[in-house]
Amino acid sequence: MIERRDFLKGCLACGVTAATVSVAGGKAMAAGSFEGYPDAMGVLVDLTRCVGCRSCEAACNAEQKLPEPDLPFDDTSVFKDKRRTTEKAYTVVNEYKVADKETLYRKMQCNHCTEPACLSSCFVNAYTKTKEGAVIYNAKVCVGCRNCMIACPFNIPAYSYSSPLNPLVQKCIFCYDTRLKDGKPPACVDICPQQVMTFGRRADLIKLGHDRIQANPGKYVDKLYGEKAVGGTSWMYLSSVDFDKVGFDGHIQNEPIISNVKDFLGFVPMVLSIWPALFTGVHLLATKNKDGHHDHEEGDHQ
Amino acid sequence: MHAVKQTMILGVTAVLMMLAASLCFGAGIPDKVSIGDIQKYYAPVDFNHAAHINSLKDCGLCHHHTTGAQVADPNCARCHKNSGAQPVVSCKGCHVAEPFTPEALKQQRDQHPPIYHRDKPGLKAAYHVSCLGCHQKMGGPTGCQDCHTRNDSGDALFKSGKYAPKAPAKPQAAHH
Repeated sequence: MIERRDFLKGCLACGVTAATVSVAGGKAMAAGSFEGYPDAMGVLVDLTRCVGCRSCEAACNAEQKLPEPDLPFDDTSVFKDKRRTTEKAYTVVNEYKVADKETLYRKMQCNHCTEPACLSSCFVNAYTKTKEGAVIYNAKVCVGCRNCMIACPFNIPAYSYSSPLNPLVQKCIFCYDTRLKDGKPPACVDICPQQVMTFGRRADLIKLGHDRIQANPGKYVDKLYGEKAVGGTSWMYLSSVDFDKVGFDGHIQNEPIISNVKDFLGFVPMVLSIWPALFTGVHLLATKNKDGHHDHEEGDHQ
Repeated sequence: MHAVKQTMILGVTAVLMMLAASLCFGAGIPDKVSIGDIQKYYAPVDFNHAAHINSLKDCGLCHHHTTGAQVADPNCARCHKNSGAQPVVSCKGCHVAEPFTPEALKQQRDQHPPIYHRDKPGLKAAYHVSCLGCHQKMGGPTGCQDCHTRNDSGDALFKSGKYAPKAPAKPQAAHH
C-alpha cells in the first residue's frame, strides 16, 4: 500500500508542475502577438464604387503573366456564378443583387493578413509577410501539402491541379515583385477607373475609412471590414450593406487564426520534455519490487 | 449735376466690367473637350461640354466651388460657400493622374487642415465617379465603350476582339 501512495503523490507532483509550466508558457505565447509593420501598405476597397467592369481582373492577368482566361474580361456572363480565386485568376469580381434595383460588386483576392494563417500553417516557411505588407510565397520550398488552403479564413490560395509534375499554391502577392517593393500600387488598383481601391499606409487607410463613413451619413455600414478581422488585414472594405450579403463572413473572429492553436501548441514542448520523465517515473514506481517480491503483486489480486 | 456724372461713370464702368467679365468667362468655357491625357487602353473622350452645360445649367455639380457656383456638397459649402471663382477650374488642375505615388501619398497625408481634401480621387476616378455617377442617376450612357472606344492595346489587355480566347481550345467555354 505504501508504494501505491508514493505513486499517487508522484503523479500529483508531476501534474502540478505540468500545470504551472503550461500557464507560464501560455502567457509567454500570448504576449508574442504581432501588431503589424508600422509602414505596411494596404488597400481600402469601397464596394459602393465598383461597377463590375472587371478591369482589375484583366490587369492582374497581364501583370502576373497568368494563362489565357476562358472568356474575355469584358464578358459579364461570368457573373452568373459566384467565382473564387484560381491558379489562373488571382482576383475575381462577383456580383450581388442586394436589393430590387441595387447591385454591388465585390472583388476578392488575398487580403494580406497581418498574422497570416497560411504562413502559420506552413511547416516549410514558404510564406513571408514583408514589411511592405504583402504576403508572398516561395514556390521553391513548397512541398504542396496545401495546409495553407485549409488554414486561410478567406479561401484564397489556389492549387495548380493542372500541372501534376510541379503543382504550386498560387495566390495574389500584392504585385510585390513588380510594384509594391518599389512603392507602387498593385496593377488592379492602378487600372481601376472608379478608384474603388485606395492605396496607402494601412494606418492611414483605417483613418480614411472611418472618415469616409462619418462624412457620408447613411451611406455605409459602420464597419471597416479587415480592420480587426483575424487580427487585421492589409486589404480592408467599406460596404453599403451588411458584409454577409456581399460574400464576406460577417462573423469572422477578431483574433488571428494562430490564436486558435497557440495555447495548444504551447503544450507541445512541455509534453516532449515532461512526459518522458513523468512516465518513466510512473513506470519505475509501478514496477518497483516487481522482480524480488511476487507476493505483493499476488496480494493486490486478492 | 456732379452726382449724376458720378452715377453715369459708375454705371458705365459697371456695364463695361460685366461685359468684360462675361467675355472672359465666355471665352474661357470650351464647347468641346477632348479628354485624352491618361488614355492608354481607350481612345480619347470627345466630351461635349456645351451640351452638358445646357442640360445641367449648374457648373457646381462637376466643378465643385471652383467656378464660383454654389457648391453641391454641403460638406464643401462649410468653407467654400463664398469662395468665388478660382484660377483653376479644370479637373486635371487639382486631381493628379497618379494619386498613389509616395509623393502624392505624403502630400495627402500632410494636407492642412487635416480634414478635407484628403480623400481626393485621382484624375481617372474624378472623371469616372463624377460622370458615371451622374449618368447612372440621370439615365445617361454607362457602358465603357459608350464614352470611349477601346483601342488595340485595350483589346489585348481584355483578351477581347481579335485577342479573344480561342473557343475550340476551351470546349466548355463555348457553351457559356
